[in-house]
Amino acid sequence: MGEKVLMKGNEAVAEAAIRAGCRLYFAYPITPQSELIEYMARMMPKVKGTFLQAESEVAAANMVYGAAGCGKRVMTSSSSPGVSLKMEAISYIAGANLPAVIVNVQRGGPGLGDIQPAQGDYFQATKGGGHGDYHCIVVAPSSVQEFADMASESFDLADKYRIPVMILADGLLGQMMEPVEFKEPKTDAEIAEQGKQHHDWCIHENIDGPDRHHNEINSLEIDPNVLERHVLALDKKYKEIQANEVNFEEYNINENNEMVCVAFGTAARIVKSAIDELNAEGKNIGLIRPITVWPYPYEAIQNAVHSKVKCVNVFELNLGQMVEDVKLAVNGKVPVHFMGKVGGLVFTPAEVSEDIKKYL
Amino acid sequence: MQTIAKRPESLRDLQFTYCPGCLHGVAHRLIAEAIDELGLKNQMTGVAPVGCSVFAYKFFDFDMAQAAHGRAPAVATGMKRARPEMNVFTYQGDGDLAAIGTAEIVHAANRGEKMTVFFVNNAIYGMTGGQMAPTTLKGMKTSTSPYGRDTDDIGHPIKASEMLNTLDAPYYIERVSLLSPADIIKAKKAVLKALTYNKEDRGFTFVEFISTCPTNWGIDPVKSLAWAKENMLPVFPIKNFRDKGSEGVAQ
Repeated sequence: MGEKVLMKGNEAVAEAAIRAGCRLYFAYPITPQSELIEYMARMMPKVKGTFLQAESEVAAANMVYGAAGCGKRVMTSSSSPGVSLKMEAISYIAGANLPAVIVNVQRGGPGLGDIQPAQGDYFQATKGGGHGDYHCIVVAPSSVQEFADMASESFDLADKYRIPVMILADGLLGQMMEPVEFKEPKTDAEIAEQGKQHHDWCIHENIDGPDRHHNEINSLEIDPNVLERHVLALDKKYKEIQANEVNFEEYNINENNEMVCVAFGTAARIVKSAIDELNAEGKNIGLIRPITVWPYPYEAIQNAVHSKVKCVNVFELNLGQMVEDVKLAVNGKVPVHFMGKVGGLVFTPAEVSEDIKKYL
Repeated sequence: MQTIAKRPESLRDLQFTYCPGCLHGVAHRLIAEAIDELGLKNQMTGVAPVGCSVFAYKFFDFDMAQAAHGRAPAVATGMKRARPEMNVFTYQGDGDLAAIGTAEIVHAANRGEKMTVFFVNNAIYGMTGGQMAPTTLKGMKTSTSPYGRDTDDIGHPIKASEMLNTLDAPYYIERVSLLSPADIIKAKKAVLKALTYNKEDRGFTFVEFISTCPTNWGIDPVKSLAWAKENMLPVFPIKNFRDKGSEGVAQ
């Protein structure tokens, strides 16, 4: 670890990705993630990496599919409307069992929406987005430091499971400057070594080897019985991820909580401020902050809802998306309340406090 | 005993999924032969499209990727940028390349991506059952232009080679035909040239094959050849549009 530097989230995640061994980046400009593409344009040539501004998000994501098929660490990034365009390729990347990292610096929607922070892409990110039965691992940072840390963690997860990993940030995290500390950059030798895990399946590796076979990057299985086996094999992988990779933060979760709040990303930061104020006044409110929003920390929420908890309150910068997962976890045990803010607006700690007080 | 004809090493011993009389098999064979002759088999990766030739990823005996509809040039871009040491081609039909994948082909060509694009133009969608293609001829009947292509309503056939020839970057652009043995011999030369440039990483190379679709045209295979010669070649003339490799050399 080096010294702390003050950086925008968009730039920090780009720097961290390069340090994690990402040498290929394909993207298309969109606000509020432009600093990310611009940082890559400046820095990729310095590490002899590939930066390519594609003709569209559709093309950028399909370039990712091609590069991922070659077993290399590759990333793309965009904001909500652009991520919708990437969904075609993300479905193919998932179907073909390829590792890739996609950053979504969310903005207000639907349609062109606006360019302010929002969390309206939760459903798209966690429930599919593209066509077919598939999942991405989806991680949701709530600070610039976490945004940066997630870059290398996401590449590791993508490589481990051969799966697309989405970092679900928002315009606030992308634009905000905070101190961030980076990991030591991977050396070329380390990057080459890390790439070896893909050598048995990827394109153009071991081409002169005695056991060389015809490698295919493909998501098509025209025989329904074969496709069934393929999709069930994907599902087996998803179940393994659900069993092993759930990640969340418990904030003041204890056996005397009278209320448990659930929020992710930027919203969780604001909820923490509100909880701090209320707890200083003698309340006992806890927060579960999902860090992986897929796989979702259902069990953590179930465990937090004990007999003293009166209700669970969910806060999101949308009209109620993650709250559906919270309800699945709570399963009717206590009431689940929701407060949302849309349009690219962000609730204040005071607004959150007011809302919480209604239920105490 | 002497072998006078055999399967190219770059093709696998599989049964093609193409209809009787289809020329995809001929195009596959020309490409495979050229790759064998250039010693490129171990160096080559192909990208298959969506359409009748979607299973091309099975037929060629080297690494292959299957791309989303129209996206093969983007996928090939990602691959070539990831592994510049290998050679890449895409194989695309007219719907794939000239309709849904128009942006991808234009920009891959405009960047001068070091790849070869083999474009099979038979003026119709085959796999989905004979719908109108961007290259469908004026007045031509298809299942989605049942009264004949009305160019006032739905536009004119797109000439992909001519369109790409407006760009500065492409290194080699040629349209050939698969409609007669003599044409096929000439087509082989164009394939060899494109793949030679590809081998030498010279830039973006493009070969358009004028082909047929007896099944969806509803014309028997032999008559299809004559029909294409009479109707397609006037719109899509056989021509070398660009050859930067021969510039400055007496023609």
